[in-house]
Amino acid sequence: MDFFTIVQLGDASIRMAIPLLLACLAGLFSERAGIFDIGLEGKMLAAAFLSAAVSFASGSVWVGLLAGIGISIALSIVHGLASITFRGNQLISGVAINFFAAGLTVVIAQGWFAQGGRTPSLSGAARFDGIDFPGALTRVREKMQASPGMQFYSEFVSGHSILVYIGLLSVPLTWWILYRTRFGLRLRAVGEAPEAVDTAGISVVGLRYSAVIICGILCGIAGAYLSTAVQAGFTKDMTANRGFIALAALIFAKWRPWYALGACLLFGLFFAIDNRFQNIQLQVLWIMVILIGASAAMVLYAIKREKIDVIVLGGLSAVLTVIALATWVGSTGEEAGLVAALFETVKVPSQLIQSLPYLFVVIVLAGFVGKAIPPRAGGQPYVKER
Amino acid sequence: MSLTKTLLGATTAMALAAGAAFADGHSAGPAIIYDLGGKFDKSFNESAYNGAQRWADENGQEFAEFEITSDAQREQAIRRFAEDGNSPIVMAGFSWATALETVAADHPDTDFVVIDVSWIDMPNVRAVGFKEQEGSYLVGMMAGMASETDTVSFVGGMDIPLIRRFACGYAQGAMAANEDMTIISNMTGTTPAAWNDPVKGSELALSQISQGSDVVFAAAGGTGVGVLQTAADEGILSIGVDANQNYLFPGQVLTSMLKRVDNVVYESFSGTTDAGIVILGVAEGGVGVALDEFNAELVSEDMLASVEAATAAMASGELMVHDYMSDETCPALEF
Repeated sequence: MDFFTIVQLGDASIRMAIPLLLACLAGLFSERAGIFDIGLEGKMLAAAFLSAAVSFASGSVWVGLLAGIGISIALSIVHGLASITFRGNQLISGVAINFFAAGLTVVIAQGWFAQGGRTPSLSGAARFDGIDFPGALTRVREKMQASPGMQFYSEFVSGHSILVYIGLLSVPLTWWILYRTRFGLRLRAVGEAPEAVDTAGISVVGLRYSAVIICGILCGIAGAYLSTAVQAGFTKDMTANRGFIALAALIFAKWRPWYALGACLLFGLFFAIDNRFQNIQLQVLWIMVILIGASAAMVLYAIKREKIDVIVLGGLSAVLTVIALATWVGSTGEEAGLVAALFETVKVPSQLIQSLPYLFVVIVLAGFVGKAIPPRAGGQPYVKER
Repeated sequence: MSLTKTLLGATTAMALAAGAAFADGHSAGPAIIYDLGGKFDKSFNESAYNGAQRWADENGQEFAEFEITSDAQREQAIRRFAEDGNSPIVMAGFSWATALETVAADHPDTDFVVIDVSWIDMPNVRAVGFKEQEGSYLVGMMAGMASETDTVSFVGGMDIPLIRRFACGYAQGAMAANEDMTIISNMTGTTPAAWNDPVKGSELALSQISQGSDVVFAAAGGTGVGVLQTAADEGILSIGVDANQNYLFPGQVLTSMLKRVDNVVYESFSGTTDAGIVILGVAEGGVGVALDEFNAELVSEDMLASVEAATAAMASGELMVHDYMSDETCPALEF
């Protein structure tokens, strides 16, 4: 693996991580204020569609971005109405938003553009192009011949769309708002002890609404990023469950902004590996060492934990061990004995690599995060004492 | 209570409207049903639509059409057209096979045509398959001659034998042009979502470019749009599929592997065909390469001569391109 491959892997990780990161921070604001939001996916999808459609119609991607943010805020307010004002179940309202967006985007796209639920391809000012820094090379083939420093500068630093930089900047901004402003203190308090905030004479409802609106803005940018920066147009279900992976990343990050950056970059890296290395060849020995090592680590970890962890992680490690043994037995042929089979080189199936990010989510959620304590008042509508 | 009633009323009205919308497209002429990619996918389905439209324009008649939006609609869609007396009913796509077998048995007097299926043998069904390996071989040869890095690549949609047949033919063609050719092959995924993931298509193309590829062939439905876009952005050549996609990025799409789905639809609508299994190859004009003003500058005299020679050799049976689906192996490429 040469230096340029590593740089490219890092570059692709960032590209893949940005929508996760924005959605993750969106969920962070909402959940820190005590509103669980599993409707991130639906809001991103609606924003992806409307920003692409409006960009195409108006010819300006900025107008499209605003439209995407607008629809995302509108859905957030619906979620707020259901869960804050009417004190409904936050999960049900979130699921409703997901279904609503998945169905309606395709129907409207079909009625509007008649291209099988897609928007037409965007070009020129209707799309966020990568910003090329002065002196940076733009084409992969030129970059491959450049010096390592130039490769790093051209591929990793330069060439991203402006939304990538906005996404990265939103991390320190979120940290600053949450931990250094009065608004942030109150926002965190309203997710832990809304009655205390109420006693101090501050509006719980107002704070929670502002939290879901911020959530809407960030989801809107995430959706617009997918359809107008990474891609040139909307396609059906293009968010591809990124909203749910963002929720997993949020738990992994223990509801903290900097940890969220780390978690999302890690998930991005997994997706990048999946895209870059579809044909990995490894010796059977290494496959067995990795798989059995991973399952041993999981078992050791799970033993000290609660019953549910033992069941989930134990089951998973059993599966990994079976896969390892099956690989070994499978490569034992007529000419190769059991020992010789260990040194056979086999191709790791691309399906296994594709499932890595999702496998990782399961492991993370099964309790590898240490103690992830959600905001105490999360998921509960606030009722003033009667 | 009144709110519930209003909602119920609204739901009923919508259901009725939806039913009416469905019925609107009907007239007792020929009918065509598109696959999930949608009528204007710039590829397979659009090619089918073009054939139907050509028939309508030339004969001044109308045809019924329907675009499904989910797999669950397949059987119902065919049944509705059959019950309304449409004949022939043309279906574009191999995914129709199972639903068609059920319905065709119930409607023995209706003629059905299904494209990309070559295994349904029923008295009222014309199943039209293509020798994709032959068309892919031709574009593979052109790719091999156009490549300066001796590396060409392939992006497939869903990993199914049909798509591997494209990849295998392509690899054989590229090897025929240059024995030292390196061929990189990637599949987008293993679920139907792989047909509509241009984001991943772009990423795969970028990865192939960094491994040295300078010609990329996309046989991936909507995902291919992302592949062609990336190839154009990065200044390498790409090859389209099914319909002529040369116009998408003029001067940057080397050629397109044509599957004359439009001709199949046109002939079926004209009523000049019989039931049975038909496999169309280069010799029958079923597959081929697209040459037009958009790629005229990219295609050299040498390429044209080789394509013509190979076409003639295939037609005479001298050149047999290995079909991946015959034995699930490929001599030129490992999956």
